[in-house]
Amino acid sequence: MEMAVFLGAGFVALVSAILVFTQKNPVASVVFLVVTLAAQAVLFLLLNAPFVAALQIIVYAGAIMVLFLFVVMLLNLGRDEFGPEKRKFIRPLAVVFALVLVLEVLAIFKTGLLDQARLTYHLDFTGDFGTVAGVGLLLFTRYLYPFEITSVLLLAALLGTVILAKKLPGRKGEL
Amino acid sequence: MLEQAIIAIIKVAVVLFAILTACAYIVWLERKLVARMQVRLGPTRVGPFGLLQPLADAIKLFTKEEIIVEQANKWLYLVAPLLAFIPAFITFAVIPFGDTVTLFGREVELLISDFNVGILFILGVTSLGVYGVVLAGWSSNSKYSLLGSLRSAAQMISYEISLGLSVIGVLLLAGSLSLVDIVKAQGSVSEWFIWKQPVGFFLYLISAFAETNRAPFDLPEAETELVAGYFTEYSSMKFAMFTIAEYANMVTVAALATTLFLGGWQGPFLPPVVWFLVKVMFFIFLYIWVRATLPRFRYDQLMRFGWLVLLPVGLVNVLVTALAVL
Repeated sequence: MEMAVFLGAGFVALVSAILVFTQKNPVASVVFLVVTLAAQAVLFLLLNAPFVAALQIIVYAGAIMVLFLFVVMLLNLGRDEFGPEKRKFIRPLAVVFALVLVLEVLAIFKTGLLDQARLTYHLDFTGDFGTVAGVGLLLFTRYLYPFEITSVLLLAALLGTVILAKKLPGRKGEL
Repeated sequence: MLEQAIIAIIKVAVVLFAILTACAYIVWLERKLVARMQVRLGPTRVGPFGLLQPLADAIKLFTKEEIIVEQANKWLYLVAPLLAFIPAFITFAVIPFGDTVTLFGREVELLISDFNVGILFILGVTSLGVYGVVLAGWSSNSKYSLLGSLRSAAQMISYEISLGLSVIGVLLLAGSLSLVDIVKAQGSVSEWFIWKQPVGFFLYLISAFAETNRAPFDLPEAETELVAGYFTEYSSMKFAMFTIAEYANMVTVAALATTLFLGGWQGPFLPPVVWFLVKVMFFIFLYIWVRATLPRFRYDQLMRFGWLVLLPVGLVNVLVTALAVL
């Protein structure tokens, strides 16, 4: 049963991830990205991490992707923006990056880095891993400083956007 | 294992049927009540008191011509009603609507699933409902639809925040994210969270009205400006799916309000399921009452109210509750 759910969710996640970049229409790409993220939430559920799964849906699928969709819709990105001539220099780059990624993944599995990381960080996917209590405890103890610094960073980004969007008296009509 | 699966499937079927029927009859109730409040009669022709009107409407909607706009993005145009429809129903999976009962010699819990982060599940799934609205507006390739969907999406995102904040107070008091535990924490009428969280309750109520695009926050379908908003270009069953989704969302929000603030299915004398239905119907009545009473907000008023009034009040409410719990 668990295996069936895992295979199903994994299949959906992979196929829609591939569809994200094969689509010509950017709005369709965004929709498939949402599907991928939702399927990942199911995978988190299988890891006994209901809280992470819920956050995945609320934050990524529900909030961030809506903003993506807004930007794509409002800029009205057509098919022309993704024409063949703009892809020319991207293709060799993509091949290089893909190779690096594959080598990295192989290295991690071959050298047992994964097990080592699991030991150093005491990652064990049982107990309160991925529950509200587990995540909350980690956020306010071990990861307190990164957590707080991230919030300051987000605040700075927020203020920056407000200032950029605000019409200053000196630059009337520029935007 | 098999027995459990069969019980689960029966429960899902019963709940689905109940909500679909409820949606149809809430439309009837709304037409009747609004008519009475405006000194009219409302539907009277089909059946006694117009009670068969929903059936007649359903037949009409099924047999209407299916129109797909020429310039529409066909694929997304067809998927959008589903994206609005499905999340509206999935949320009921975690709402407890009664105590454990013994049916045919088996103990049956009157809820589909006790998910330990149930409230987050509901918030997550309802936030997915935005996609149906946004994609419907965009793929119709019509100005009215697009404007309606942009309005509605901006409104839903803004009020989702105060909705989330209003719920946090209850979560702090109950100490759990599971809706079953939250109901159990409100054993008697004096323990209902509405008494300890009056600010949270009204915050929730207002945000919920805005989330479901109901009057006085029904700007996405302001007929004087936008024809019918994001589903202007839809016809027949696809149009019906948007309407049903809207009413199902109303029922969800009412059921959640019942669970979070009014002690869920608990109450004296009457059986639990009846209490649950009575409380949900109270909120539905409130919806209709408000619709018949209040005029629509202007768009800038809506945004200012959400961000400058509800958000700060919600934050202060969370802070005060947290201090009290400590």
